[in-house]
Amino acid sequence: MTAEALSHPVPRSSASRASLKRNRSWALIASYFFLILFAIFFLVPPYYMIVTSLKSDAEVAHMATNPWIISNGITFEQYRLLFVESDFLIYFKNTIIVTLCVVVITMVVSVLAAFSLSRMKFWGSGILATGIFLTYLVPDTLLFIPLFQIVRGLGLLNSYWSMVLVYPTLTVPFCTWIMIGYFQSIPKELDEAALIDGAGHMQMLFKIFIPVALPGIIAATIFAFTVSWAAFVYPIAFLYSADQQVLTVGTVTSLIRADVYKWGMLMAGALVAAAPPLVIYAFLMDYYIAGLTAGATKG
Amino acid sequence: MADVALRNVVKRYDEVEAVRGVSLNIPDKEFVVLVGPSGCGKSTTLRMIAGLEEISAGDILIGGDVVNDVPPRDRDIAMVFQNYALYPHMTVFENMSFGLKLRRTPKAEIKARVERAAQILSITDLLERRPKQLSGGQRQRVAMGRAIVRNPKVFLFDEPLSNLDAKLRVQMRTEIKRVHQKVKTTTIYVTHDQVEAMTLADRVVVMNDGRIEQVGTPHELYHLPKTRFVAGFIGSPAMNFMPCRLEKNGAGLVLNVADGLSFPVPANRAGRYGAVVGKPMIFGLRPEHITEPRGGGESDKSEFTVNLDVVEPMGMETMVFFRLNGTEICGRVEPTSATGPGEPMRLRANLNHMHLIDPTTNLAL
Amino acid sequence: MMRQRSVVAFAMCLPLILIIAGLIIYPAFYSIFLSMLNKSQTRFIGLDNFAFLLGRDTFWMVVEQSAIFALSAVFFKALIGLITAHLINNLPTKGQRKWRGMLLVPWVIPLALSTLGWWWLFDPTHSALNWLIVLLGGDEIAWLSNPYWARFSVILVNVWYGAPFFLIMYLAALKSVPEQLYEAASIDGANAWQKFVHITLPMMRNIIAITVLFSLIVTFANFDIVQIMTAGGPRNMTHVFATYAFLTGIRSGDIPLGSAVSLFMVPILAVSAIFILRGVRKRAREIGA
Repeated sequence: MTAEALSHPVPRSSASRASLKRNRSWALIASYFFLILFAIFFLVPPYYMIVTSLKSDAEVAHMATNPWIISNGITFEQYRLLFVESDFLIYFKNTIIVTLCVVVITMVVSVLAAFSLSRMKFWGSGILATGIFLTYLVPDTLLFIPLFQIVRGLGLLNSYWSMVLVYPTLTVPFCTWIMIGYFQSIPKELDEAALIDGAGHMQMLFKIFIPVALPGIIAATIFAFTVSWAAFVYPIAFLYSADQQVLTVGTVTSLIRADVYKWGMLMAGALVAAAPPLVIYAFLMDYYIAGLTAGATKG
Repeated sequence: MADVALRNVVKRYDEVEAVRGVSLNIPDKEFVVLVGPSGCGKSTTLRMIAGLEEISAGDILIGGDVVNDVPPRDRDIAMVFQNYALYPHMTVFENMSFGLKLRRTPKAEIKARVERAAQILSITDLLERRPKQLSGGQRQRVAMGRAIVRNPKVFLFDEPLSNLDAKLRVQMRTEIKRVHQKVKTTTIYVTHDQVEAMTLADRVVVMNDGRIEQVGTPHELYHLPKTRFVAGFIGSPAMNFMPCRLEKNGAGLVLNVADGLSFPVPANRAGRYGAVVGKPMIFGLRPEHITEPRGGGESDKSEFTVNLDVVEPMGMETMVFFRLNGTEICGRVEPTSATGPGEPMRLRANLNHMHLIDPTTNLAL
Repeated sequence: MMRQRSVVAFAMCLPLILIIAGLIIYPAFYSIFLSMLNKSQTRFIGLDNFAFLLGRDTFWMVVEQSAIFALSAVFFKALIGLITAHLINNLPTKGQRKWRGMLLVPWVIPLALSTLGWWWLFDPTHSALNWLIVLLGGDEIAWLSNPYWARFSVILVNVWYGAPFFLIMYLAALKSVPEQLYEAASIDGANAWQKFVHITLPMMRNIIAITVLFSLIVTFANFDIVQIMTAGGPRNMTHVFATYAFLTGIRSGDIPLGSAVSLFMVPILAVSAIFILRGVRKRAREIGA
């Protein structure tokens, strides 16, 4: 505790100087090691799908060689067969029509409702907002049987327009919820400034709310798109003929002819069908994730 | 209880040096304040003492042991953060006892220590509440309580009062001083507010741009600043600086500040300043040393008349602002003596408290 | 003016209300009505369908499998999500985005299509996984034809698909814990494990609860995986409520019975939903400090 003691410190530094740093590097190496293991787990199926889709039928059926690599040369035959000899392109067209319609309907309904619920108070608006969140928790597998009956009664069975009718049940509640969150985070001062500037409600919506909440709109649109694209329960229950079928069900069920599973084509089909969501994800990953987390973290 | 020593401590972030070779000896039980503008490296230095930042070069010793690679939990220190960092899901009691619980202190002792600290800080009736139910000042006390309870070798404070409103800040300042007198532990306190530094510290360390400008008692820093930075940083309102030139006038020296405005240099200083006659220098004088005239005699030569620009009545005194050679100067007068803006006023400069700074080195003579 | 605003506001909500009322609420109640009819929907038979189901062994297997499936899948998804979130959070910030991007891929691929990929991986004659296992000296596994392995496979695919969701949620939650709390804990003397138990877990408690309950609902009602890989077999041992409802209601054409099956999900979903709502409200209050 005195000046003399200070000039002769206990020499502990040289031995342990590196220890703190070394501990941190070990932790980092361990993290990377386990992360690689998890990455392998998560990425193996898509990898294998790609590999299979690039093999010839013969190699796919052949069992002695290593299935994880392409031994007999890459071939795009599976893809060619997919587009030329199957109904795949019809499925693709149908899915695009359905998805585009549903996305437009969803965004219009959600944005209007969210604007109304987050800014204007009317009788029951609070209940409605909570109710929206609850309806999102009602799964499609609960509704698909009564809806089957209803759709049959409307004469829409086996038409892809029935999809356009029912898909919004999957997308609208959550998208409205996301948009309410984003709209609520816009400070009320902006509204007031706009009102003073002379804006009406529609103008406020289009000129202020939508531009300022654009990240939310993009996130919600992506969500609506991916959910519509991936829907499986409704199409398998309501659609029978190939000319009305969508990608998810079409790829899975109709590329199997008389108990012969054409795996090469199946994998190619699955990959092409999965491509649009993957591409959107690759380019707009942050919006994609924002859409997911918006529900929970915005409370 | 322990002393703290820093030896040429350096902190580098990529290419930038945030702390450039800081050396300091802090004896046991001393209250030291690190003060300086934002970015001067004071918080970084504090965090290196705490072990929250790695040291790029140099040594830090606590109680005579080098602690460079010792993790924070083994350094036996306690810290009060600017944002209090209270655990939101624990009660005040649990917040304060967390560190002791981790060290397996027996329950009875935990209870005794927490209650003693709570008493010192007058928060005994808050022990079962949660942080979100407390006001800013109360949270600050709990943060201090958490530190006291540990009986550490050193207390570290990182701008603890910055988030409080002005009035509360003054109250808490006194609290902190009172607690230090009672608990008598080495304290290192960081702030950007020089008033806090002056009122709390045994010694003040003024930092600028990663280096120590000066270390000294508040008195030393106020009356005997060694650099231009310290002279201008300490004291509010700040010291006035004017370019000037020394000239010989018979046996003594005269300070030429502006055309036609010269002051006689007090005899006891003439010896020191002899070497810089004729060189452009900077003249420093605090506002409280520019006052109304005293009346008669030798003081006449230090008097001058100027047109006031702005007059700020503060109640107890009035600050007057005027220009000399383009530089705005501030003086302090009795409320009744001040004339008005635009009007002339006779003032007197007390050169017994003058400072002369060499502009090439920024050091005071 | 005020009344006009109310009318406009209500009008903007109308499409939403119509969709929810017409396509969600009405069918839900309609379902109850349907479940009380006979197969040809000519007579009202009360709770006979429910009694019938409760008497069938197959149905009890559905209940058992749905419970096993949902509980174990959610548990592992949450665990993997928590672990991977921590691992990624430990990395320097610049690299985190890349890893997060890679690990989220299972969630991005439409479930039906990735299930196809897994189906191929489990194929009895060509399984690439079996090839690896044999290479390492083990025996081939009957992934989809042995009932117990089939249950395992279905859970595995669900965990593979759903863990990334948990990863994203928990990563966001981890980042929302203020760094200073960890620093204060360091100074208080906590090591890494103690920091996790005393700071990370309590601060994340609500989001963990919300995601787990939410996932329970979604997993419990899952359809794609079982339908594609096993269609409920072998010997009906992998059937969950959704696939069994599909089988009885759509495939076999007994809509009322299918409705009854689906409705059995309701109590569990309702209880989970209540807890979720409470959790969401509580979180908003707690963090509003």
